[in-house]
Amino acid sequence: METVFAVLVGIFFASGIYLMLSRRTVRILLGIVILSNGVNLLIFTAGRLTVAVPPVIPQHLPTPENIVANPLPQALILTAIVISFSLFAFLLVLSYRAFQDLGTDDVDEMRDAEPAERRLPPMEY
Amino acid sequence: MAGPSYSVDLAQAMVVDTYTPLEWLAVAPVALPMAAGALCLMFRSRGDLAARITVLTLGLLVLLNVGLVHTVVQQGTLIMAMGNWLPPFGIVFAIDILGAVLALTTSVVGLIGAIYASGDIDIGRRRFGFYTFYLLLITGVSGAFLTGDIFNLYVWFEVLLIASFGLIILGGERAQLDGAVKYGVLNLLATTLFLVAVGYLYGLVGTLNMADIALAVPQLPAAAPIGVVTALFIVAFSMKAAAFPLNFWLPASYHTPRIVVAAIFAGLLTKVGAYSLMRIVVMLLPETRDLLADVILWVAVLTMLVGAFGALAQGEVRRLLGFVVISGIGNIFVGVAVGSSEALAGSIFYAVHSIIVMFGLYLAAGAVERIAGTSSLHTASGLYRLEPALATLFLVLAFAVSGLPPFSGFWPKVMLVQATIGAGLGWVAAAILVTGFLTTIAMGRVWLLVFWRDAVNGAPLRSQATPDASRASWMVPIALVVVIVAGIGLMPDGLMQASLASAQSLLDPQAYVNSVLGEGGN
Repeated sequence: METVFAVLVGIFFASGIYLMLSRRTVRILLGIVILSNGVNLLIFTAGRLTVAVPPVIPQHLPTPENIVANPLPQALILTAIVISFSLFAFLLVLSYRAFQDLGTDDVDEMRDAEPAERRLPPMEY
Repeated sequence: MAGPSYSVDLAQAMVVDTYTPLEWLAVAPVALPMAAGALCLMFRSRGDLAARITVLTLGLLVLLNVGLVHTVVQQGTLIMAMGNWLPPFGIVFAIDILGAVLALTTSVVGLIGAIYASGDIDIGRRRFGFYTFYLLLITGVSGAFLTGDIFNLYVWFEVLLIASFGLIILGGERAQLDGAVKYGVLNLLATTLFLVAVGYLYGLVGTLNMADIALAVPQLPAAAPIGVVTALFIVAFSMKAAAFPLNFWLPASYHTPRIVVAAIFAGLLTKVGAYSLMRIVVMLLPETRDLLADVILWVAVLTMLVGAFGALAQGEVRRLLGFVVISGIGNIFVGVAVGSSEALAGSIFYAVHSIIVMFGLYLAAGAVERIAGTSSLHTASGLYRLEPALATLFLVLAFAVSGLPPFSGFWPKVMLVQATIGAGLGWVAAAILVTGFLTTIAMGRVWLLVFWRDAVNGAPLRSQATPDASRASWMVPIALVVVIVAGIGLMPDGLMQASLASAQSLLDPQAYVNSVLGEGGN
């Protein structure tokens, strides 16, 4: 089962990286989303996929009776999902605003923060 | 899973004592600015009140952090287990000397920045929550320095990342949008890579507590792909720290926001990456660090040189300083690559020095911009006549960043050069010295052109009336930074010993592990 998931994570990563190689901000952002979902799946798989009962301890016992499922990856993934979702939302708004203000979604043409074309330092003083 | 097994001691787990003042002290660098940030959000329509809250909070935080450093030096690593979930199960803050010293540096820089911000941040930016973002940035950076849990480190990375997004975009100018897109995407990618590495490491050792990982990693079977995990960590943190060849986002974005924001970014954010590299790769994964030491060494040398040459090629002070930041990161990486306690101590010392000096240089560049109306080396000129005091302060900072005595940059370079020669790496020592030389030229060029040169055509002789009130708001912070820089340069003993102790604790984490997991911690 882990093998299948590993391949799946690989496909997620490959698609994410492919999209991020694009020059269009929307594609880059979609690549980031796919990548971060791949990471969530990766953490889930790293916690081992077992067929086991939920990790609930009976009231009269100090520890679980049998082997239970690993609850930690779910807590980690939940955190990661919330964080990556909020950052994605921010970047989406940012790139839309950048598209409105800069008039392009091509990162090669976003050159407002780059220095104006002048001759290099020693010449122009 | 190859983790160690634990015996359940229920009596210990059932303790519900209230926290001691020391434990509150351990969590204060995070709790205090976070609470104050929330408060500033409530008062954001009253910018002056938020400014006062911020300065007061950070002033208090400096005092608390002095106490924290004192406590850690006296008593060893300080532990705070969140919700009494004892390690290795719950999230702990584990504060050793390295974390405490860096947290103190953070709060000092934060306080000075908050004072500077009172003259730099206009009412509009205050209304949009400048002070909240600022305090949350301090929260995230402090949390990253103090936590003893690797997933929690990721969370603090994200806290400081989202706060930095808010700060870099505040004002919404075209150049800021452009810079923020590049900064945002690449930093989010770096943090995601870090999360990938955490996921793999968790899959291998089955624990997230750093002390526990330090115990579990040597017991891994030989076939475990720990080298891949280490490489991923190195890539992620190099990207965060803006090490060559992953440095291009920094000069593309750091010059766009308000100068105090650029200053706090340049001081702190890259150093969080460098700190994490030390904490995780040096302390937790020492054997695979040895395998990759040559790679890190080349990265370090190239980063130093690329930064220095990049600084020489710039025609604008802010962008030039971005490259000087990168060059400093190279120096810090040298210690990580060499890996002896002397070299690491040099790196730690350099990190503290670099936080303060780069922060001060950006503030000084902001003052230059204010007076000259530009930070372009083509037109800014003749400032010595207008502001001889600023010219002197700038010169001190330029000396310090170049590593000239008697200022703070000299000692870490001495330590690094000694350590590299001691390790038989004379060419690395040469690279450090050449970098220092090139940085001297670059900074000297700035000083000559901006301050010493007579006012060139088109340069404002006296820009439209800089009011006296705002003059104090930049002069006092820059002077404070210079006092610290000179103080460290003249009395380096304390920081040098703290760096050595930190380096030894990174290389031999047994005491750290014992403090976190209890004496029989294995």
